[in-house]
Amino acid sequence: MLELRGVSKTVDGMDHIRDVSLRLESGSLNVLLGPTLSGKTTLMRLMAGLDTPTAGQVLVNGQDVTGVSVRKRDVAMVYQQFINYPALTVYENIASPLRVAGVKGADVDKQVRKAADLMKLTPYLDRTPLNLSGGQQQRTAIARALVKGAHLVLMDEPLANLDYKLREELRDELPKIFSESGAVFVYATTEPTEALLLGGRTATLHEGQVSQFGDTIDVYRNPQDIVTAQTFSDPPLNLLGLTKSGGEFRTSNGTVIPASEEEKRLPDGHYKAGFRPHHLYLQRPSEDAVCLPAVVDVSEITGSESYIHLTCLNHRWVALEHGIHNVDVDAKIDVFVDAKNFMIFDDEGRSVASLMHEPA
Amino acid sequence: MEKTVNNKAWFMVLPVLLLVAFTAVIPLMTVVNYAFQDSFGNNQFFWVGIEWFQELLSSERFHDALVRNLIFSFSILAIEIPLGIGIALCMPKKGWGVPVCLVLMALPLLVPWNVVGTIWQVFGRADIGLLGYFLNSLGINYNYTQDPVAAWATVIVMDVWHWTSLVVLLCYAGLVSIPEAYYQAARIDGASRWAVFRYIQLPKMHSVLLIAVLLRFMDSFMIYTEPFVVTGGGPGNSTTFLSIDLVKMAIGQFDLGPAAAMSLVYFLIILLFSWVFYTAMNNIGTEKKHYAGEE
Amino acid sequence: MARIDLDHIRHSYLPNPTSPSDYALKEVNLTFEDGGAYALLGSSGCGKTTLLNIISGLLTPSEGDLLFDGKPVTELSTEARNIAQVFQFPVVYDTMSVYDNLAFPLRNRGVPAAEVDQKVSEILRIIDLESKAKRKAQGLTADEKQKISLGRGLVRSDTNAILFDEPLTVIDPHMKWVLRSQLKHLHKQFGFTMVYVTHDQTEALTFADKVVVMYGGEVVQIGTPDELFRKPQHTFVGYFIGSPGMNILPCEVDGTMARVGGHSVPLPCGLDPKKVAQKTEVGIRPEFVKLGGAGEGLPLKVNAVEDIGRYRILRGEMEGVALNAIVGEGMSIPESPTALFDPTQTNLYADSWLVSEGA
Repeated sequence: MLELRGVSKTVDGMDHIRDVSLRLESGSLNVLLGPTLSGKTTLMRLMAGLDTPTAGQVLVNGQDVTGVSVRKRDVAMVYQQFINYPALTVYENIASPLRVAGVKGADVDKQVRKAADLMKLTPYLDRTPLNLSGGQQQRTAIARALVKGAHLVLMDEPLANLDYKLREELRDELPKIFSESGAVFVYATTEPTEALLLGGRTATLHEGQVSQFGDTIDVYRNPQDIVTAQTFSDPPLNLLGLTKSGGEFRTSNGTVIPASEEEKRLPDGHYKAGFRPHHLYLQRPSEDAVCLPAVVDVSEITGSESYIHLTCLNHRWVALEHGIHNVDVDAKIDVFVDAKNFMIFDDEGRSVASLMHEPA
Repeated sequence: MEKTVNNKAWFMVLPVLLLVAFTAVIPLMTVVNYAFQDSFGNNQFFWVGIEWFQELLSSERFHDALVRNLIFSFSILAIEIPLGIGIALCMPKKGWGVPVCLVLMALPLLVPWNVVGTIWQVFGRADIGLLGYFLNSLGINYNYTQDPVAAWATVIVMDVWHWTSLVVLLCYAGLVSIPEAYYQAARIDGASRWAVFRYIQLPKMHSVLLIAVLLRFMDSFMIYTEPFVVTGGGPGNSTTFLSIDLVKMAIGQFDLGPAAAMSLVYFLIILLFSWVFYTAMNNIGTEKKHYAGEE
Repeated sequence: MARIDLDHIRHSYLPNPTSPSDYALKEVNLTFEDGGAYALLGSSGCGKTTLLNIISGLLTPSEGDLLFDGKPVTELSTEARNIAQVFQFPVVYDTMSVYDNLAFPLRNRGVPAAEVDQKVSEILRIIDLESKAKRKAQGLTADEKQKISLGRGLVRSDTNAILFDEPLTVIDPHMKWVLRSQLKHLHKQFGFTMVYVTHDQTEALTFADKVVVMYGGEVVQIGTPDELFRKPQHTFVGYFIGSPGMNILPCEVDGTMARVGGHSVPLPCGLDPKKVAQKTEVGIRPEFVKLGGAGEGLPLKVNAVEDIGRYRILRGEMEGVALNAIVGEGMSIPESPTALFDPTQTNLYADSWLVSEGA
């Protein structure tokens, strides 16, 4: 188990990590999700012990290890770049952590072959990494992390430099392989879809702070604030400004959106509704849906689905529709939203739903 | 735990610290000691305060040598830096030519200082030297032992021959690190050869050029062996640089006090100029970073 | 703006290629229509970047001709071809301001200052960098730098085509959406011929009117996103496009029915009895696999269900062959599900190539 308690990291007066507290269980898969420069790599370096936090504590199995050097910790790391020993064969690359640990003879061979087998590297054991494809090089790096049998395995965007289809393959295998080892497994990514495909638990990072941590699908479905919802949305989250008075919300063009029983108890004022692109419809989906006027910016087709970028009430939105919809640029169309898909946020960006469910 | 790790690290650098202490710190302290005292032999020393410094800074001999040094260093920089960049630009980027060029470039750097001096001393002699004989047969009156201009030319050409390679190698390292895409983009944009140099190669060579300028300045300002071997500081005092003068003073005349004061001043001048170069060149580089940093 | 023809283009990086495997590019014949948006899609080493470099003139093909508007340009230099290129990693002139970066290609061509200013101001507005015109390019973010790279191509009025070499690799997912839609908008506005190289199917399909799928130095299929999705000509295209890719199940053909294991699957067409195929397969997209209750369809063993938010992926197998299904939001998965194939979306493959109707 790895625990961060109020960890901060300041470099030259700049906050890279601000007051992060996380508890990562052994045998769990944890995704760090956030855009570039949100602090994913810094946080991983703090977890590994490559950096010492400016404030706060790092605990492994309840024991304070803050300031203990990475050499004395039980950590394996895989990077975005394919990092292997270029002069060693794949076999020796995988064996290297065992040699350092002083494992002898047949044991080395057994473990290397097992890891190579899992990572599908057996045919390439005699080659040097530079004679392998990118995917195989990264598999070698992962196999090395695997044989190390570390308590903490950190992966910093390990698939970012790989081809689309290779990513799919490895993304499937990684959680399975590491969940068996019982290690704390941490995986950093910029892509929300990747987090969803990996499952496990997700911590969303924004400007050096963890905005939410929980079961991946739960964070996706019930974000506590607007920042989390935006970080965890690909295509980007659609936002709609609303004014509440009495039992209803109004958009800027005066369209009335009835509030639910729970929402009726909210104080009057300004709110924001967030909803995902697949909940913005070009055809009326249900009786309750509300119609809004929009102008099409551009439409993209992926084969099975279409993305329609449009402007509605001064908001830039994306609609994700099944099938092929070739809509003309600058066409004026009606779009539909259903209030049951809304996540309502207050003026400070906090999710209204999470506020109401909090025991007061 | 952190502490033990740190202590071990200190232990590892201890040999280097001891080495530096014996080769640099202790001699430097001795020099400082001499600079404020006078001696009449027999290990008798008298405190003279800053007298040696006053004498030195007002002496014409020192001024002349300092000016010679500055002219020499700036000539060296003015020749070697552009020449080095030029040669680096002409060197092949791939193929069998690369190792050949690199070895050729590295050759002069492998020759010891005094040997370089001896080579040129013989090379330039009017009676038996190839260069001297050749120039004189062309009707040019070339004799570095009598003509100050010839002596200067010889010393400068010798230094250029010896050290331009260093600038070439540094610049070449900077050039090969530029990704191919930059050149491709420039071709597509229709950039001239000059524009490619000005907007891609020069900015990317900035940091290695900084190192090259610093190294060449410090080294040329401290030049000793080559002029000592070739001209011995002559004819007259025309190639007597600070270092040659210093040795004359310390070893020739055994004026330890003035010599020590001079070494210190010499050392401070180099330090000052290096610092000026470093900040000036670094500013050119960081100016834009400041600019981009503001929102 | 120009039409680009590739006529019997072959390329090998070896001096004396003999066998087909020596060629990085094996016989490509292609036409990029004037003003079209094209994507070259394939995994690394498929020859897509080689092809792009041949068009831009950074490589001269071993064999074949390249024509712009019918005129051969194979021997022309890069600068004489009037193309623009956006690279994988942003290439900007660090020491120049954003404005000067955009003016650079025009100034190099001796365009008068007044015209340069007018053109650059227009492009600055279009790529939305007006406020940063005076900044040095060095400190900008990756997406801003890519916009400058693109702007340097847009600013010229004589550009024949704009080529993109995986331009969104270093861009954050959120910015990818913005840049992509801006790019698409620009294409509509300017009508340049655009060729976009990528390994990312989403980028290729959303950007291009027509996608060229490449595999092993050859073009496997050229088609609209819809064609590639519904009627992949080769099982590789079926696998490569779509996430998860197409389900491919070995089968035996009996008239217009396919027998998969012990079960029958109706097909849109039969197999020409005159043609002998070594291997026949049924292909169906996970999107078109419907789930039914026990006894309704093919028995399915469920290995895992991944909830990715707007739908779930059911990862199953049928008699040892992987079979994935996509379950939409709000749909339930029956207790012991079976797989039902939509006959209109079921494809038949003989020796990995699509058997089309009427063949």
